[in-house]
Amino acid sequence: MKNVVVSNWSLVLAFALVLVSVAISAKEKLGLTKDILVSVARAIVQLIIIGFILKFIFHVNALWLTLASTLIIIFNASWNAYERNPNPHRKLIDSIVAEAIGTYVTLGLLIISEVIKPIPMQVIPITGMIAGNEMVAVGLCYKALNNSFHDLREPVLERLALGSDIKMASMPILRRSIKTAMQPTIDSAKTVGLVNLPGMMSGLIFAGVNPVYAIKYQIMITFMLLSATGLGAVISGYLAYKNYFNKQMQLRD
Amino acid sequence: MAIIELQQVGYRVKDKQILQKISFSVEKNDFLTLVGPSGIGKSTILKLAANLISPTEGKILYLKQNITQLDPIKYRRAVSYCFQQPALFGKTVKDNLIFPYQIRKKPVNQSHLTDLLEQVDLPANFLNKEITALSGGEKQRVALIRNLIFLPKVLLLDEVTTGLDEQSKCIVHQLIKAIYEQGVTIIQVTHDQSEINSATNIIQIQKDGIKK
Repeated sequence: MKNVVVSNWSLVLAFALVLVSVAISAKEKLGLTKDILVSVARAIVQLIIIGFILKFIFHVNALWLTLASTLIIIFNASWNAYERNPNPHRKLIDSIVAEAIGTYVTLGLLIISEVIKPIPMQVIPITGMIAGNEMVAVGLCYKALNNSFHDLREPVLERLALGSDIKMASMPILRRSIKTAMQPTIDSAKTVGLVNLPGMMSGLIFAGVNPVYAIKYQIMITFMLLSATGLGAVISGYLAYKNYFNKQMQLRD
Repeated sequence: MAIIELQQVGYRVKDKQILQKISFSVEKNDFLTLVGPSGIGKSTILKLAANLISPTEGKILYLKQNITQLDPIKYRRAVSYCFQQPALFGKTVKDNLIFPYQIRKKPVNQSHLTDLLEQVDLPANFLNKEITALSGGEKQRVALIRNLIFLPKVLLLDEVTTGLDEQSKCIVHQLIKAIYEQGVTIIQVTHDQSEINSATNIIQIQKDGIKK
């Protein structure tokens, strides 16, 4: 643990890194100085609060509190994914269902296979990782759906005019959107270890764990993210495409 | 008996009135031609009749029933709309022609497809042709037979011969005539003078209504 202790003085010195961004913004007249300072202030306050909350939850070590924490993480991820959906007829429930199923199925499999223990110290960080990556995938799926329904409007109308149901009429768009949503995770899995040493693995190595053991966790994370983003993208895609049609199965403008 | 009936049908998008209130009916096995200046709403009438959009005023009846009360999928299979500039999908002609079978969950009848291709003067091996390699006339013919694999009750033709060469136009005319003779009701929109001259039942769409 000695390896991972950061002193307050070191943290203050590290703040110089923020000043680099501020200096770039000022010199290049990007107008981002205020944004950078606000985001840093938010990050510090949010992390301090969450640090104390996690300390309390880990100390109490109660199942209901762990479950409540995962629900809050899932709701926040769902809200953010929902906000990224450009469709004016979007529904929050689509994001909640996709996030909840994707997260709990993946988490459940990890617990059943005894990769992680059902204790808050393991469940909460893993839930955050799953829900966060799923949130990005779901958001990408929504954006791809919106772009595709705009670009491929005519073929969808043709299929409807031939007497297709909305699912068959949207199938090429749905496949394209799910693929777009999953692609970053697949690409990341291809380059893991070659280009980047991901957070989980780096954290364990920092904490002094043998890198050979650390990679086992990273392999688990890779499997977990493929499952979570796949589930999130498929579920959100299959729910959200319906919002582009009205009750008469007409493609909305 | 009227197969399609428009009763005081109007269509508005936000503040823009696309179609003024119009009423007319089409009898079974009728061949109706809609004419009028560009932008008057002729294509809108066909899209409304195909239930691809809904009227903002009035109602449309199919065999005396309001089409909003009918299953849109079944209705669109009975009242089939053919686009002015058809968008073919997939990679090949076959992808387009097997689609009507796929949506009905029926096995593909290869000989029926080759018969239809023959009727529009296209060879049987055309099925494997990539859609990017088709001319405008070939695309329109493929799109038309895509609507006719399962014969509809009403065929809505939205300027389907616009931009076609004389040979393609002639082939399309022959096919439409053959379909009409099989009892299909046809409503077409056209600007083509030869089609208007040969039409027997014409409705002129005007700013203030219609003129028969």
